[in-house]
Amino acid sequence: MIKMFDHKTHTSALLNHYLRIVTFFICLLLFCGCRTEHRFVKKAVFKDTHEIMITFAGPVDEAWAANMGNFSVYEKPDPDILSDIRSVVLSPDKMTLTLHTEEPISQDVSHKVVLKEIIADGVSQGTAYLTVNKLYIGYLFSILMGAMIIQNFVFSKYLGLCVFFGTSRKKSTAVGMGVTFTIVIVAASLMSWFFYQFVLKPFRLDYLQIVVFIGLVSLTVQGVDTILRKVNPALFSAFGVYLVLVIANCIVIAVPLILADNEYNVWESLMLALGAGLGFLIALFLMSSVRERLEFADIPESYRGLPIAFIVAGLFALAFMGFSGMSLF
Amino acid sequence: MPVTTKTNKQLFVNGLLNENPIFRLALSMCPAVGISTTVMNGILLGIAVLFVQVFSSCTISLIKNHIHPRIRIPTYTLTIATWVTVIDLVLAAYMPVAYKAMGIFVRLIVAFAIITMRLEVFACKNDFAPSFWDGMGMGFGFMFGMVVLGAIREILGMGTLLGYDILGFRPLLFFVLPAAGFFTVGFMMAIFNYAETLYSRRRKEEKVV
Repeated sequence: MIKMFDHKTHTSALLNHYLRIVTFFICLLLFCGCRTEHRFVKKAVFKDTHEIMITFAGPVDEAWAANMGNFSVYEKPDPDILSDIRSVVLSPDKMTLTLHTEEPISQDVSHKVVLKEIIADGVSQGTAYLTVNKLYIGYLFSILMGAMIIQNFVFSKYLGLCVFFGTSRKKSTAVGMGVTFTIVIVAASLMSWFFYQFVLKPFRLDYLQIVVFIGLVSLTVQGVDTILRKVNPALFSAFGVYLVLVIANCIVIAVPLILADNEYNVWESLMLALGAGLGFLIALFLMSSVRERLEFADIPESYRGLPIAFIVAGLFALAFMGFSGMSLF
Repeated sequence: MPVTTKTNKQLFVNGLLNENPIFRLALSMCPAVGISTTVMNGILLGIAVLFVQVFSSCTISLIKNHIHPRIRIPTYTLTIATWVTVIDLVLAAYMPVAYKAMGIFVRLIVAFAIITMRLEVFACKNDFAPSFWDGMGMGFGFMFGMVVLGAIREILGMGTLLGYDILGFRPLLFFVLPAAGFFTVGFMMAIFNYAETLYSRRRKEEKVV
């Protein structure tokens, strides 16, 4: 009986651990949706550069809304600096409230809004502390576009050049490499993210990052190789050649390191990995289109081959500099 | 087991000039383009690569008889990763400013093709001493390439060398831009090719005469 009990506690501890992981994912999903911290407030969003709109569950008191002292807005990192509120407008149905601030709100930083002692129908609803975030989907999209175009790994960060110059001679090779690379990098990054968050960080093994990540990348490549060979031999015969080359690419190890440094969550990691893969595909495709035409061009003899490819890549990099500093949403 | 017949000095010169990792083998181009903006960056990353290359070569040449051929590539990768972790932690502890300047590139040494290639081609077949000298040659060759690129970009872009003002004006500010790394490497390669064709043509003429 005692033995069974021991066994049971062990399993329950293990189960508890799994449950914690599952709860974490559910919490993550919940945080993605619009959710506020007060039961009477339905929604709090940025509306314009100067406005924050708050929607209530029921009509609030006009006299309460008219008192500007009831409202304060500040950026989450520094609660001591309050933004000046110019005016407070209550909609005719008394359900939505719009706060106008003196200075424009930077939407990249999450803001806190404090509503003191909300009064609705003469009944006090308590003080509400709300967090206002930028739309999460937009944020994810900006990470994707950032990794793909604005901070393109090849043309703006100069990574993965060996493979880039090796496989950009023909369009078909370029597309094959790009697609394979995208698949592998997404799988590898998610695996490394999981490993980093749930094994390396809790046990304080951060210094093993490099060893673990390179091992995981090789494992992923081997795994994709095996699965593809069994599941889809036709696809394997088309893309199998490029799988080996993926390991030699710096980007595939750089992305997990960036994820670990920036403490991204799982969706952000997915977007960054996808962006890096697609960005590499775009870069390869652009480059191969130019290089196919260079075959017929009259190039000075000493520039033939790699030198001219480098110069073309330099021109691309100059063009991609035009994207720098751009921000979406 | 094929053991090299070259002397240590030949091995060293081979890595430095004949098989220079950057200009001749055209491997590990990422740092050559990415952070060759100053000579100092080149020297520091060169030291890091030299360290990793020499120690990995020595390790592999010592344990070469115990590695099963089928798992040799993962073994190389893990060996390199271990030494990269060491140099990464050392640089972060003792040279935080330079470490920041080089960014992610120190940790990316693990993915440099040149190191794995030297292990596969040379260290796994040769004894300790030749592997050591081959590693030294390759490491210094890489450092040499990085320093040359850094010097060109620093002089043309900023008019300085190692931070000292030597020209007094900035000839071509363009070379400071990150994108100019591509152009510098491209021009250097073209110059090397041109020199090679000139050299071979002259030798041919000498033969004819």
